[in-house]
Amino acid sequence: MNKKVLGVLACTAVAASMAVGASAEGDLITVGYAQVGHESDWRTANTKNYEDVFSAENGYELSLIDCDNDNATQLEAVRNFITQELDYIIIAPIQSAGWDTVLQEAQDAGIPVIIADREIEADASLYDAWVGTNTKNEGITAGNWLAEQLDGAEAKILQIEGSVGASAAIGRTDGFAEVMAEHSEWEMLDSQSGDFTQDGGQAVMESFIKSYEGQFNVVICQNDNEAYGAMDAMDAAGITYGVDGDVILISFDATHDGLQYTLDGKINCNVECNPIQAETVKGVIEAMQAGEEFETTTLVEDQAFCAPGIESEYATTMTDEILAGRAY
Amino acid sequence: MSSLKKLTQKRLFLPVFSMILVMLINVIYDAACGNAPFNFFMITIKNGVLYGRLIDILNRGTEAAILAIGMTLVVSSSAGTDISVGSVMSLYGGMCCMLLAGFGNVNVSSYAVPLIVGIGAGLLTACACGLFNGFLVAYMNIQPMVATLILWSAGRAIGLLLCNSQIVYVRVPSFQKIGGYVGFIPTPIIVAALCILVASLVLKFTALGTYIQSVGINKKASRIAGFNSAKIILLCYVICGLCAGLAGMVATSRIYSADTNNIGLNLELDAILAVALGGNSLGGGKFNLAGSLIGAYTIQAIDTTLLALGVSTAQSPVFKAIVVILIVVIQSEPAKEFFKKMSKRRAMAKGATQA
Repeated sequence: MNKKVLGVLACTAVAASMAVGASAEGDLITVGYAQVGHESDWRTANTKNYEDVFSAENGYELSLIDCDNDNATQLEAVRNFITQELDYIIIAPIQSAGWDTVLQEAQDAGIPVIIADREIEADASLYDAWVGTNTKNEGITAGNWLAEQLDGAEAKILQIEGSVGASAAIGRTDGFAEVMAEHSEWEMLDSQSGDFTQDGGQAVMESFIKSYEGQFNVVICQNDNEAYGAMDAMDAAGITYGVDGDVILISFDATHDGLQYTLDGKINCNVECNPIQAETVKGVIEAMQAGEEFETTTLVEDQAFCAPGIESEYATTMTDEILAGRAY
Repeated sequence: MSSLKKLTQKRLFLPVFSMILVMLINVIYDAACGNAPFNFFMITIKNGVLYGRLIDILNRGTEAAILAIGMTLVVSSSAGTDISVGSVMSLYGGMCCMLLAGFGNVNVSSYAVPLIVGIGAGLLTACACGLFNGFLVAYMNIQPMVATLILWSAGRAIGLLLCNSQIVYVRVPSFQKIGGYVGFIPTPIIVAALCILVASLVLKFTALGTYIQSVGINKKASRIAGFNSAKIILLCYVICGLCAGLAGMVATSRIYSADTNNIGLNLELDAILAVALGGNSLGGGKFNLAGSLIGAYTIQAIDTTLLALGVSTAQSPVFKAIVVILIVVIQSEPAKEFFKKMSKRRAMAKGATQA
């Protein structure tokens, strides 16, 4: 019995000290960020970007919760932000649906919510702003770049998609398909999922090579890891790719390693999905804080990079300086 | 007729039959598409290495086959499954790559410690996981699925911790060799062949197989007969852990990186399925290692076939499920009874017309 009382007392003490700690930071703007997880280099770069931008020097106190790709954890994290009465809440939704109740709770508590990075399926009146990238545009950029490079030549395309149902995979597929519809000389031989992993990309490419030997001249991988796997599979079968090869290789994400391969001329074109989004979110918060008009939807600018020796109006030609200057 | 009957009554007949059936789908597909009908079975040498879909099945099926060896022993001795093997594979990757790259580095092109140290430490970690599982099952009498559930969830997380939550790349040719080629043969095939050879030699020339089966059939009776049942179960789990480590070694070297989020993901289910497809009872007792191995390669044959047919990835799990259900139903006791009755009736009808 005594132990129970002690436990309760200890809990109360901890809670009280937390409350004191929170109130001591009165002059900083408190921001909560419910991050998806740490599944890729891209996500790590995104987290670091938020930590850098929402620092104490810039006048912010950031509580960042890594939700480990668990939807329930994320809902819990946002509820915690609401009970802590933070000034702003940022959510990078793991799942796009099922947010109505929590968003309503935040609205009732009078806390502005900004949706970051991914799409959400909720009424626009339930949140205040959206900041993110448009994966469909990335697919369109890849298509435009290919059209420019081929200049009316035939294309037999193999596509290695991302995980089935992931918004990045859907957007990139749709965007590229939109450009493809304008080109009757292009043909999609096959399109299979490599699950955004290197092993998946390799397995799918091994099978593609056997089914379409000597028939394809373009391979599109929906992230860099799949592209590494596809490159290994083509190496093993003696198929050349890249700037000096028979096959044009297009990849997405533009991570550091991916851009290194682009610089080496192995990946022809690498379309970026920009993780540097915190500045834009900060801009929105500053406008809200000052009571000014703010953009309810902001697209973060994505770039594309192509291998040295290729000139394009859709992509920047890679150099050592660009790679050295990348934040991730 | 009698030789055919003998063949169909062999224990391995149905598993082999199922595998051939899966591959026959490809023959029909190739013929329908106007390709050479045996396109699927063609093995050639291209770019100096073996090339063909059969090679793909053998190569990609390596992980599941190695896991199936350990899983068969665990199922037989403890009448339960080790669901931690996928996570242990990932833990091997994390341990091995962390040591080879040095903690905190994510992309190296030279070793921080000799290759053998990395692989050795990884395999030892995997064995330790097996020891942990085995201790809980054999000495604490915890149900196998519950006991191995701990490492199923924790293994991957420890791997992530070791790698500082990042994908660690070890870009050294000798490291990639294990997932690449030796001469013209894919190394994973050699690794699988060695594992199978060692396992079958041990089972053939020692009494271990008999011990395991007797413990699986009746733990108490075996103990009274003089076997140390707990020790045998523990040994099976350690072997299973080692197998998971070896499978992890192949998977990690294949992608020369510790992608702890994805290495061995859901592979424990393939391993369990392989044991079941091989005609083994998940209730423990008698086992047939060759059946499990055929099961493992059958699963890979289904995957490769689905890719070859160009079935869209969103739908392929449904097709896989249908094929698996068919195979399992064909091998079930009531179905066997049914076929037996059918052939008996046919024989009787034949006898009647002759008379």
